[in-house]
Amino acid sequence: MPEAPLRILLVDDEAPARHRLRELLDDCAAVLPISIVGEAQHGREALDILHSASADLVLTDIHMPAMDGIELARHLLKLSHPPVVIFTTAFHEHALAAFEVHAVDYLVKPVRVQRLLAALQKVPRLKPMTVEKLTQLPAAARRFLSVTERSRVVLVPIDEVIYLKAELKYITIRTAQREYLLEESLTRLEQEFGARFVRVHRNCLVARDFIRGFERRANDDGDAHWEVLLHGIGETLPVSRRQQYIVREIGREVMNGAAA
Amino acid sequence: MQGIIKQPSAVPALPDLRNLGTVLRILLGVNGAALVIALAREPRLAAVATEWAALTAFVEPQLFAELAVLWLVQPWLARLDGRSAIGVVTVITCALAIGVDALLPRMAGEARGGLVRDLVFALTAQFVLIAYFRLRARALSPAITEARLQALQARIRPHFLFNSITAVLSLMRSEPRRAEVALEDLADLFRVLMRDNRELAPLADEVELCRQYLELEQLRLGERLVIDWNVKSMPGDALVPPLVLQPLLENAVYHGIEPSTAPGVVSINIFLSRDEVHALLRNPYTANSARHHAGNRMALDNIRERLALHFDAEASLESRVNRDIYEVHIRIPYRTTKTATAGGGTQPAARREASAGQDAAKRREPYLRQRVPAMAQPRVDHA
Repeated sequence: MPEAPLRILLVDDEAPARHRLRELLDDCAAVLPISIVGEAQHGREALDILHSASADLVLTDIHMPAMDGIELARHLLKLSHPPVVIFTTAFHEHALAAFEVHAVDYLVKPVRVQRLLAALQKVPRLKPMTVEKLTQLPAAARRFLSVTERSRVVLVPIDEVIYLKAELKYITIRTAQREYLLEESLTRLEQEFGARFVRVHRNCLVARDFIRGFERRANDDGDAHWEVLLHGIGETLPVSRRQQYIVREIGREVMNGAAA
Repeated sequence: MQGIIKQPSAVPALPDLRNLGTVLRILLGVNGAALVIALAREPRLAAVATEWAALTAFVEPQLFAELAVLWLVQPWLARLDGRSAIGVVTVITCALAIGVDALLPRMAGEARGGLVRDLVFALTAQFVLIAYFRLRARALSPAITEARLQALQARIRPHFLFNSITAVLSLMRSEPRRAEVALEDLADLFRVLMRDNRELAPLADEVELCRQYLELEQLRLGERLVIDWNVKSMPGDALVPPLVLQPLLENAVYHGIEPSTAPGVVSINIFLSRDEVHALLRNPYTANSARHHAGNRMALDNIRERLALHFDAEASLESRVNRDIYEVHIRIPYRTTKTATAGGGTQPAARREASAGQDAAKRREPYLRQRVPAMAQPRVDHA
């Protein structure tokens, strides 16, 4: 029985680098059946291609516009059959050290054909990376959150997120248009996007940019609490007693912003 | 290689008497000394100002005359050895003290302290200042050695080197000729990076280096990088610190072009205005550029320091964000090999020199465009 060819997606923002990889893969094709399913200039384009095609292996650069390689690897895990990811990188001192520590597969550019072939031959035995491993790599905060809907990966740009609210097993992502359900931990999201969001409640992070103001509301028991008013949506969110100090802190920023 | 000032290894006997920084330091020094004397002589604080004014009125004519004469003879002084130069300055000081002493009383109609006092004051000031400038030069000279080190530290990012090599490899099979030129460009770039960069070099060389560098970037980035050159009126013979522009262009590409998927423009404007060379570099500014701010500032500080070492207060580097454009503006005094060493340098001669430099730059251009491999070596080897 002839072996099914290894389906490969190439991701690099520099055309010559993709061209070079194609040449080297052609050289490997003599030894190993290979099919190249596509080329993408950055992570987002790669995910677009994988909506309609599937790949066993993604060879991706790290430093890219729109979406870098490490973020791409994280979103790929949301696919029903995540491909194996091998990073190709020119020189990222810190990244390389981290890759070594966490046994992440990578090739250094310029790539040697022998090393590429060895990596390709290893692919069937490799398992997709885990989120735990990927979050330990020195990466910039993601630009998107990704959710799986009807076996497709949907990207939600982080700067469109109004709030993140933990409910039972899931986190609700709210944008001006709609809601999405995400399977992640709120604490970890807070660590990653701390500068962008503020915790108003044990179960809720609100984007600072979307805070319009605060309003004092009476409770049923006669006490009163603060509610966050938001840009873009009519909904309001309660501020917990513990987090009340942020009303003053952010309220001042909002006032200054309005004055300026 | 021609067109280079040799930085003397020993400390020079006299400072550059045509440098604005030197002139300011002399003015401040002498007037400061006058203030101290005024304070010492006049116990009532209110009257110190009057006393100081009287003193400076007596000091200033000689001071200005001396600065003017020194400015005039500077090119000639620069060619003398240290001892004779100081001798000449001493003669000038004495002659001016005698001259001013002879002329002024008649003009001011006022009794003055006498020739001996004037001479003592003038010569003391002169020798104290010379000693000060020598100390300062000695303090700075290790810094000049260090400038070389800094130039190396401001070196090309490793990711550029490895990505360029990958780009060259990608051309090997399909376009071997382009691969050859790209490798030659890379070799030239590293030749400059590895040589002794303490010496000033002609602007035309720096611009040539920038062209080669951007040629390589273009190879990697293709149509994402649009380059807008405006250097037709630049004085190619102006002397500048090596690697004063290339690191800035590298930043422009790294922060302005690479983070974006859309094509962006890097523009280079170099021109001469009122005896100063201006270089304006612009690139797109995105929110992502702000993220890498620290790395960019290091390169700016490095260049600013080297400009200060070579030109003191006469050169400057400023950067600003103008909406979505990031702009760096460098200002360097217009010096050429002629004006800097032999001097003679009246302005018209310098201007002629400037146009000659442009001609040289123009002559260089055609073969740059054609990229004939045999001629693609633009500068004389200085090995």
